[in-house]
Amino acid sequence: MTVTDDPTSSSTSGSGSEISGAEIRLEEVTKTYPGQEVSAVKSLSLTIPAGEIVMFVGPSGCGKTTSLKMINRLIEPTSGTITIGGDDVRSRSADELRRTIGYVIQGGSLFPHMTVAKNIAIVPKMLGWDADRIRQRTDELLELVSLDPARYRDRYPRELSGGQQQRVGVARGLAADPPVILMDEPFGAVDPITRQRLQDELLSIQRELRKTIVCVTHDIDEAIKLGDRILILQEGAEVAQYDAPEAVLASPANDFVADFVGAGSSLKQLSLTRIAELDLSEVPTARVGEPTAEARARAQAAGHDHLIVLDDHDRPTAWPWLRQLKGETIHRGEEDLVNLDHRATLNDALDTMLTSSHGAAVVTGDRDRYLGVVWFDTVTSFMRQQQEALAEEGSGA
Amino acid sequence: MWQFFLDRQPQFWALAYGHALLVLLAVVIGTVIGVAVAVVVTRQPRLAPVANAISSIGLTLPSFALVGLLLPLTGIGPISALICVTFYAIFPVMRNAVVGLQGVDATLVESARGMGMGQVAVLRKVQLPLAWPVILAGIRVSTQMSIGVAAIAAYVLGPGFGAWIFTGLTQIGGVNAEAYVLIGTLAAVVIALVFDLVLLALGRVTIPKGIRA
Repeated sequence: MTVTDDPTSSSTSGSGSEISGAEIRLEEVTKTYPGQEVSAVKSLSLTIPAGEIVMFVGPSGCGKTTSLKMINRLIEPTSGTITIGGDDVRSRSADELRRTIGYVIQGGSLFPHMTVAKNIAIVPKMLGWDADRIRQRTDELLELVSLDPARYRDRYPRELSGGQQQRVGVARGLAADPPVILMDEPFGAVDPITRQRLQDELLSIQRELRKTIVCVTHDIDEAIKLGDRILILQEGAEVAQYDAPEAVLASPANDFVADFVGAGSSLKQLSLTRIAELDLSEVPTARVGEPTAEARARAQAAGHDHLIVLDDHDRPTAWPWLRQLKGETIHRGEEDLVNLDHRATLNDALDTMLTSSHGAAVVTGDRDRYLGVVWFDTVTSFMRQQQEALAEEGSGA
Repeated sequence: MWQFFLDRQPQFWALAYGHALLVLLAVVIGTVIGVAVAVVVTRQPRLAPVANAISSIGLTLPSFALVGLLLPLTGIGPISALICVTFYAIFPVMRNAVVGLQGVDATLVESARGMGMGQVAVLRKVQLPLAWPVILAGIRVSTQMSIGVAAIAAYVLGPGFGAWIFTGLTQIGGVNAEAYVLIGTLAAVVIALVFDLVLLALGRVTIPKGIRA
């Protein structure tokens, strides 16, 4: 297993790393298909700031996917200009342009006849990287998306689960380190728990890399969770609202947005509050390979009847009760522990807790490093406080 | 009959070589043409029914008739035989190539384009490899058919066991007539089996593990 130091990685939270993305501007972009009177996209103007995630949402047929595909020229606009980092996208051939833009679509869309490593290497190969550099980069990317390179490098897509395929899809999109990444319903084809994990991982990766990510989704909750900004589109790609998620929820621009965001927007606030805003609790930890007796003594001294097992990379692997500990040394544990990224929302936290035997969730930071534990009570009391604060504001006004 | 075979061994091996070579050439040329037409056809969806119709009509054309039709054009000789066998070799490959190429998931093609692969690269690295198992199945059918057609093409002096089969048939009731027909036919069957085994092995080697059934 090769762990390569990524120059852009940083152990502190996001704001420390440098923006590697580029600004995208759309000016009066229109797409009219021949033989159709109504334009699919009608003079759309938009600035997507460098290093941000912008979510395109809207009902089906609103032109969100068309708008996305015009950025990498899979669809050529009828009129208007699109620039990336100040350069007109038409200043180069479409193929050259696309090699500098990551493209991730639903299900990962991996080529079934190529191994994981070959799939990831496609763009670097076209760019003429040498074999050593490609191998190094592939392993680095697999690490980044939490797949062990030694285990997964030579597998074929059909030997992977849906979530793993999607991870490889993301790694492939990042392969040549493009400043801009386009995603089309990237997590549409996986189950809800896997989707939540993949979303958390994407946020964690984005904290390290600070790319400009444009992502199409039909799921407003996903948009609220992932987006630094949300672009809500009406038919003909008419901009209904383009703003931060908080602003969209707090003051929808019109009835269409209000309807689309839906009722229960106070519940949706749960999707806005990140775990990072809560106080995490300490729980005794033990390393894989450590003598069981020592770990047990430490946990008991701290007054706990359980502990969290961490591996060499500080990643939590299991959360056993002390009575479940067997053998001379601590082992990884069989259970598939569901971790919460600290950028996950309270909504996700509640979901995860429901499936946990501890009524709590393990919170992890960058590259799945262990941070602490969040208890069900912590979440509910936080919500109560917020409600009280809101009520006070209301009576004060 | 064994004695008959031993007496004519040098001739036998020459015929076997001729027959196999004729089929090999015809199938290789047929595959190239068939796949090329399929690539064009799948790019122009309007052409697909036309191609299917032509291949249906082509396959119903009796090979003996085609031999007759070719005679005034290309004369007597191995070239006529090659043209005739190749003509039939094209269709099964073409049909399967059309089906195989159409079966490649459109999102995979778009994904490849989205990563900056040119049209030729998409064809070479994505579409053809994914359609290959189906194309190869077409090549196997085509090879079996070509071995039969090649026997008939002996009528225009094409190389192969057709020569013995026709010799036997024209002198039926004669001393060695049965031996000529029987050995010629059996030899063609053996060649067919050998070719099929080779193609099966080729599939093992060339079909990527990720899509092997």
